[in-house]
Amino acid sequence: MTVQDTLPEARTRAYDFAAIAKDLFGTAVVCLLLMVPIVAYKSIITQYSLVLEPRWETVTVLLLIVLAGRLAMHLFVWHRVPARPVASASAPKASLAEMIGPYVFPALVVFALVLPFISGFDRRTIDLSIYILTYIMLAWGLNIVVGLAGLLDLGYVAFYAVGAYAYALLSTVYFPYWFGDGIVPWAFYITLPIAGLLAALWGVILGFPVLRLRGDYLAIVTLAFGEIIRLVLINWFEFTNGPQGITVPKATFFGLPFTAGDDGFAAFFGIEHDRIYFYIFLYYVILALALLTYFVTNRLRRLPIGRAWEALREDEIACRSLGINTTNTKLTAFAIGAMFGGFAGSFFAARQGFVSPESFVFIESAIILAIVVLGGLGSQIGIVIAAIVVMGSFELFRELNFLKAILPEGAEPSQLRMLAVGLGMVLMMRFRPRGFVTRRQPTVFLKERKAVSGDLVKEGHG
Amino acid sequence: MASSGTTPVLSVEHLTMRFGGLTAVSDLSFEARKGQITALIGPNGAGKTTVFNCITGFYKPTEGRILLSHPGGREFLLEQMDDFRIAQTARVARTFQNIRLFSGMTALENLMVAQHNKLMTASTYTIGGIFGSGHFRRSEKAAIELAKYWLEKVRLIDRADDPAGDLPYGDQRRLEIARAMCTEPQLLCLDEPAAGLNPRESDELNRLLRSIRSENDVSILLIEHDMSVVMGISDHIVVLDYGQKISDGDPASVKSDPAVIRAYLGVEDEEEDEIAAVAVAEALGERK
Amino acid sequence: MEYFLQQLINGVTLGSIYGLIAIGYTMVYGIIGMINFAHGDVFMVGSVTAFLVVLGMGLTGGSGLFLIILALLLVAAIAMIVASAYNWTIERLAYKPLRGSFRLAPLISAIGMSIVLQEFVRINQEGRPKPVQPIVTGGYELMTRVTESGEFIVRLTNMQILIIISTLVLMAVFTTLIQKTSLGRAQRACEQDQKMAALLGIDVDRTISITFIMGAALAAFAGLMFFLYYGVTDFFVGFLAGIKAFTAAVLGGIGSLPGAMLGGLVIGLIETMWSAYFTVEYKDVAAFTVLVVVLIFLPQGLLGKPEVEKV
Repeated sequence: MTVQDTLPEARTRAYDFAAIAKDLFGTAVVCLLLMVPIVAYKSIITQYSLVLEPRWETVTVLLLIVLAGRLAMHLFVWHRVPARPVASASAPKASLAEMIGPYVFPALVVFALVLPFISGFDRRTIDLSIYILTYIMLAWGLNIVVGLAGLLDLGYVAFYAVGAYAYALLSTVYFPYWFGDGIVPWAFYITLPIAGLLAALWGVILGFPVLRLRGDYLAIVTLAFGEIIRLVLINWFEFTNGPQGITVPKATFFGLPFTAGDDGFAAFFGIEHDRIYFYIFLYYVILALALLTYFVTNRLRRLPIGRAWEALREDEIACRSLGINTTNTKLTAFAIGAMFGGFAGSFFAARQGFVSPESFVFIESAIILAIVVLGGLGSQIGIVIAAIVVMGSFELFRELNFLKAILPEGAEPSQLRMLAVGLGMVLMMRFRPRGFVTRRQPTVFLKERKAVSGDLVKEGHG
Repeated sequence: MASSGTTPVLSVEHLTMRFGGLTAVSDLSFEARKGQITALIGPNGAGKTTVFNCITGFYKPTEGRILLSHPGGREFLLEQMDDFRIAQTARVARTFQNIRLFSGMTALENLMVAQHNKLMTASTYTIGGIFGSGHFRRSEKAAIELAKYWLEKVRLIDRADDPAGDLPYGDQRRLEIARAMCTEPQLLCLDEPAAGLNPRESDELNRLLRSIRSENDVSILLIEHDMSVVMGISDHIVVLDYGQKISDGDPASVKSDPAVIRAYLGVEDEEEDEIAAVAVAEALGERK
Repeated sequence: MEYFLQQLINGVTLGSIYGLIAIGYTMVYGIIGMINFAHGDVFMVGSVTAFLVVLGMGLTGGSGLFLIILALLLVAAIAMIVASAYNWTIERLAYKPLRGSFRLAPLISAIGMSIVLQEFVRINQEGRPKPVQPIVTGGYELMTRVTESGEFIVRLTNMQILIIISTLVLMAVFTTLIQKTSLGRAQRACEQDQKMAALLGIDVDRTISITFIMGAALAAFAGLMFFLYYGVTDFFVGFLAGIKAFTAAVLGGIGSLPGAMLGGLVIGLIETMWSAYFTVEYKDVAAFTVLVVVLIFLPQGLLGKPEVEKV
């Protein structure tokens, strides 16, 4: 500070090398404590016993990376006086974003619509896109609860599970029993709304007891609910077939299965059978579902219910003083958020042809939450960007073979992806806690729609 | 009591509120009359905000009855109602000592949220709204008109599209009053509306409150420390100290009540009382 | 009766482990008002470290009593230091910069950190569990009852004695530390009002760091005990144990040390009794249900103070 005050033009100040050396030594000690023995010795099971395999090279490499990084920070970042006030730099960026803002979404939709064609019907691209769109839809659903209503829900995957199991059980057990086997090809279309409603119902059931809770406690209770549902799915063997899961019929094209048979999709249209049609079909189904989520949510935001959600996030007590029934407002947020989760779950089951409790672990909830947080709580476009970044980087990690050098033997670079998600959450909270898109669009205006700066928008009390 | 002719809109009877062993309000009874501005004053910690929280349902009183009467004769026992129902059906609106606006929403949005229940019905609980029913669209337009009316009245129409959190302090105070008025209340409860305002803003507030009383026909109950506001606009003053009512009447009679003077200056000696009475009368009468 | 007694012993043992972890939650929540979601994973780090050191020492059940005790003390010390380094680093990197940010930021950061720790250990040590032969063996037969199906023996193993006694000792040490020393006073002052504490010359940052270190040390000790008791540990043990310990902390009244211990015992007993008399499969469901019920109906816990909503 004193240097800055006396010499405003100075760019750097003299390094205190003794202090830097001391800091680096401290860093090295802490790093070694973190890495020995967990990195330094790997336990492996041999034929006869458990043995430790030393991996000191990895420790050395990692230690050098950390020390070099910290030294670089000392030399180039921490002691440098900012050349210009940072505030002026961010202003034009925001206006640029505002200028192109209205065109981003239509452009994305057009791109999504033609994507299968420009990819040359590449199976892998379409598969990845289906995967990303599923997560976009889930994150948009969770966004209603977390981003709009400001209620931190760590058990969102439970509703995804409810949707998936609703489809699985209805299409394999109940529909054939009630209506005969003829119904099975149509099961997806009939189950989809039912799965949404069931998930919404569960949203209300699980939402009701947690109404009084806020903040951290709400988060933990929703996590517990998510785990309870998963554990019941695992253990209630008679109903869910336990950990083995259920094989379910895949989605059909309005009753036409994507098979090579005479009654299949290809035969009906007189084209050659190819699995790719199934994936293209799935792609457009999930795109339609995701767009439905987008438009319904957008519409709801402009209705009294949506405004009440956002008001709830801003100040619950003020809401009550205005006569808003906050209980109902929270429950509708839980229910509608859960409903979209249920739709997505039903789609997941129909795509996969198989459901098991393994797909609905806490980490899934954490990934969806990470996407919502990364996107900027409440921003739907931000969520698209975040989903592409997170899911895309998952894919990318498979390719990063050079990382094998520092990984233990047998570990694949793709295993690093969850590590990256965790780190991403920590770093985002530290450097950009409001996510990619921080500005909030007002739902109603008199003269001009001015985006609200993220600094003013509250994140809710949980 | 000069204005005892009008009917009470709010009568608080034997209200007691205890928190554990602490009695914040004890056996308090008073009335707020229709079409009047009633002020609740008292030293810090006298229990004024607690009374407010009991009236608006944020606290459930330990004992006592709070009766609200509508012009048509409908009556509500507020101590038995949920906080949001008090605002929704008994039509009591309030502001807060530490402003509670929806800071990330625009001024207009704040006023739209205040009309939630009306609009919710108009949107047939969201279903009609989703499909854009004509009835809902007309109601939404009417709601915007009401919001505009209040924005003009509190001179914030030019800032309608700005986030509430961006407004200067004095504007936020007025916006909060406008938001409360958008719920179309019978009784408006203001918790220290003049706190932190400069003399000019304070004058403006006086005018606004008077006009709400006369033009909009809404009764007002307010907590205030600013004596120029209290003495300037109140029809009726209730003084609290240590949770008990020590005086009740029109401004002139309260001003000269020795009990009030004692409470404010903490004097007990009889002789000093008289000296203080003069000093306080001057202070109360002339401040700003 | 004999069966019940056996479950009681098992439950108290398990409860002691939960209680030790719970103290870390309760202290951190008390001082900075956040759930250190990664605390369960710090317990896991302690447990895995203990496993590696035991393996490295070549310690087995046949090593001789004196040697085993000496070695275990060393293992405990290493595990505690390593886990402390982890928790200290986590606090510095993931929580400290977020003080003053919005309320959910530290929680989201903590969830991220929890994922990082699990994955870090999983990558370095593989995912599959690796069982070790029991090290602390032997015990006492308290009661025998002959039934038609054979005899039922109530056992109190040396391992259980070790866990219960060392928990008592650690509890005593830490309670004294917090009640009698200036460090404990500083901690309690920071719990009440950080700004005021800072104005009175208390180094708030340092106090918070030490709180994290203390919590981690206890969790690491619990990790060692957990590993010795079950003979196995892996990267995922922290998730469930962490949530159960958190339940214990809330049940006992967040911020209260004796409460955490009491909560731990209650959770341990519920879990063992549930497994013994109802279904083993649903024991975790029972634990989660207790969590939900406690948070909803008894958020101030058994020994905590209720909170009044300010308007």
